[in-house]
Amino acid sequence: MAAPPTAATPSSAAPTDPLGVAGSDASLRRFLHGLPGVDQVGVEARAAGLGTRSVKTTAKAYALDLAVRMVDLTTLEGADTPGKVRALSAKAVRPDPTDASCPAAAAVCVYPDLVATAKQALGSSGVKVASVATAFPSGRAALDLKLADVANAVADGADEIDMVIDRGAFLVGDYRRVLDEIVAVREVCARPGGHDAHLKVILETGELATYDNVRRASWLAMTGGADFIKTSTGKVQPAATLPVTLVMLEAVRDFRRATGRMIGVKPAGGIRTTKDAIKYLVTVNEVAGPDWLDPDWFRFGASSLLNDLLLQRQKMRTGHYSGPDHVTLD
Amino acid sequence: MTQDATPAPASPFAYAPAPESTSVVDLRASYGLFVDGAFVDGRGESFTTLNPATEQPLAEVAAADSADVDAAVKAARRAQERVWGRMPGRERAKYLFRIARIIQERSRELAVLESLDNGKPIKESRDVDVPMVAAWFFYYAGWADKLEHAGYGTTPVGVAGQVIPWNFPLMMLAWKVAPALACGNTVVLKPAETTPLTALLFAEICQQADLPAGVVNVLTGAGETGRLVVAHDDVDKVAFTGSTEVGRQIARAVAGTRKRVTLELGGKAANIVFDDAAIDQAVEGTVNGIFFNQGHVCCAGSRLLVQESIAEEVLDRLRARMSTLRVGDPLDKNTDVGAINSREQLDRINELAAVGEEEGAGRWAPDCELPSTGYWFRPTIFTGVTQAHRIAREEVFGPVLSVLTFRTPAEAVEKANNTPYGLSAGVWTEKGSRILWMAERLRAGVVWANTFNKFDPTSPFGGYQESGYGREGGRHGLAAYLQEENR
Repeated sequence: MAAPPTAATPSSAAPTDPLGVAGSDASLRRFLHGLPGVDQVGVEARAAGLGTRSVKTTAKAYALDLAVRMVDLTTLEGADTPGKVRALSAKAVRPDPTDASCPAAAAVCVYPDLVATAKQALGSSGVKVASVATAFPSGRAALDLKLADVANAVADGADEIDMVIDRGAFLVGDYRRVLDEIVAVREVCARPGGHDAHLKVILETGELATYDNVRRASWLAMTGGADFIKTSTGKVQPAATLPVTLVMLEAVRDFRRATGRMIGVKPAGGIRTTKDAIKYLVTVNEVAGPDWLDPDWFRFGASSLLNDLLLQRQKMRTGHYSGPDHVTLD
Repeated sequence: MTQDATPAPASPFAYAPAPESTSVVDLRASYGLFVDGAFVDGRGESFTTLNPATEQPLAEVAAADSADVDAAVKAARRAQERVWGRMPGRERAKYLFRIARIIQERSRELAVLESLDNGKPIKESRDVDVPMVAAWFFYYAGWADKLEHAGYGTTPVGVAGQVIPWNFPLMMLAWKVAPALACGNTVVLKPAETTPLTALLFAEICQQADLPAGVVNVLTGAGETGRLVVAHDDVDKVAFTGSTEVGRQIARAVAGTRKRVTLELGGKAANIVFDDAAIDQAVEGTVNGIFFNQGHVCCAGSRLLVQESIAEEVLDRLRARMSTLRVGDPLDKNTDVGAINSREQLDRINELAAVGEEEGAGRWAPDCELPSTGYWFRPTIFTGVTQAHRIAREEVFGPVLSVLTFRTPAEAVEKANNTPYGLSAGVWTEKGSRILWMAERLRAGVVWANTFNKFDPTSPFGGYQESGYGREGGRHGLAAYLQEENR
């Protein structure tokens, strides 16, 4: 194949089925089951090895700022209120009020009914609004309801839609149904006159059970036109793990080699510490490659990670640790 | 997919140097021999051990001459007959457990010293070698009071003369010393000329553990010292790990004597990748198989046999993966490939790599920067290699991989077995029945399935043909150190 293209800005005109494998149910199935297997012991050993990289001084300072810029600051509680979302949005724009050099987070991630609030609170800050639609987190609703959910969020101005796949259909082998839903959602993400909402497809890897399934679901989502593939809703354990993210990074790397298109990756749920975040960045760097070290191509779905990153930034700036009272609650 | 091995663009996320501190190591200017529980001067001409990453001298080390060897063997004999051989197994076990615990307590010191003297990355000495050394002592400590259950008798052989190589100085020491002591033998150990320091630190640990004098003796020196140990009349058992050439000399030297001998020699292992393998893990296993410890591994997977249908794709991924290997300062925690152990070994690797080019194989190495001093060699692959090439037959003992292809499982077995060696092999396939079919047919002491270079004290290790004889590790490892007549 041709040399890999240089990093491009994400295009929402993602073609579905760039490899031409979804012509029939049988060919789709044959393709997904023809992907190389994933050896559990091997992939976990590789992830553990990458986790021991020592990142300090200049590399650490770079990693901290990059990680802040990659955070999708998330609140997904039944108790969410406009006030909470406005506070979170302020935090995303100015994570550390004591330090003007601190970059903004990538996005705030909210339920669809709070998109308008977030959009207004963020204004022209450049921080994106992501919304979990498609009957998040279970995805167990009729397709027209899921599409309506997405349409609402898009109409209210969501920049990014995080959809969940139908894990039941996936596990029963009905890949066509999963694919069709992704394609349908992606159509609803389109806005007249461009500026489509970007589509992040949540695989809920904790329910897929095997790494082989994670790889297949990743390719299925990319075939359906996903801009991003995301590990988890955060509502199911285990959520994001390093080996699962590694398998997904291999998938986007291979997809780019096969099609020339770059797809983003977003681990979500359970990443709480700077130490963990840096392990993910090392894995991005060494598995997918440095092109993915950018908020356009890698995100952290997290709520508490940001504060730990800020404490570490303060430590690097001042030389000593502060404490939880030196960063804002939300 | 075709040639796609241009090195990744320099990342802004370049890891800053993260060197391990050397302050935990108390390097002395000179070291003596360890004989009969005490450090003594050597009578031979002392020599210098270098840091292969910098070519700077680390310390002066004594060399043992024949009188020193005689004194050590006498001390070992005395200790064996009067103390160690008579001691109940449960008492010996206590000493071995104590040694194992001290190794854990001083693990950082051992790892740093090993990397200084050998040139291997600290992450390997710290995460692989030293933990394995402790595990080996713990494992054989457990056998010391259960020998009657092993099925090889309970009578020790006597005095063991042990000669170990420079690639895993501490680990080879543990493989030799732990089972010997567990069975009631005493030892005279000769570490390699280029890597004597951790054996001397181990001698200190024996003192710290109050091991009775003479049970462990460490004689430093070059090949001549090793010959004297092997040839000494009062040595009952010879154990050697190293090159096939020296192994032959030892076999000749002990032929016709009452001495027992185990040899663990060279290898030219095949790593066989089928088209249904978990391909990323197979690539990772290939990298680990040949570039672990700079390829200074007797069981290294130095021949990649890849099914023709996926050869290009595997090579493509292999080159990309190799471009992420970090070569450099062994003490940097982010280093993947360290220094070549000696000038002599570097010359040999260069020579064989040149042969590979002359033979017309395609040479490729990532474009990484190497330090200006020290002994370095880029991780290298040769493609288009056939069985007729010298680089497919001779052990390079360095970070050089020969890539060959095959079409059918039977052909893979034929090619894998078409070597005078037979230490290890790897099989990569998702098909369980094929793994078993292959394992039955591969002539190798170890066959790894979907993994490579995994060691465990409970698992026997050893070779076929010119890879030597005898087994180390596991219950089988006791056999070499117990008297046959009681079997």
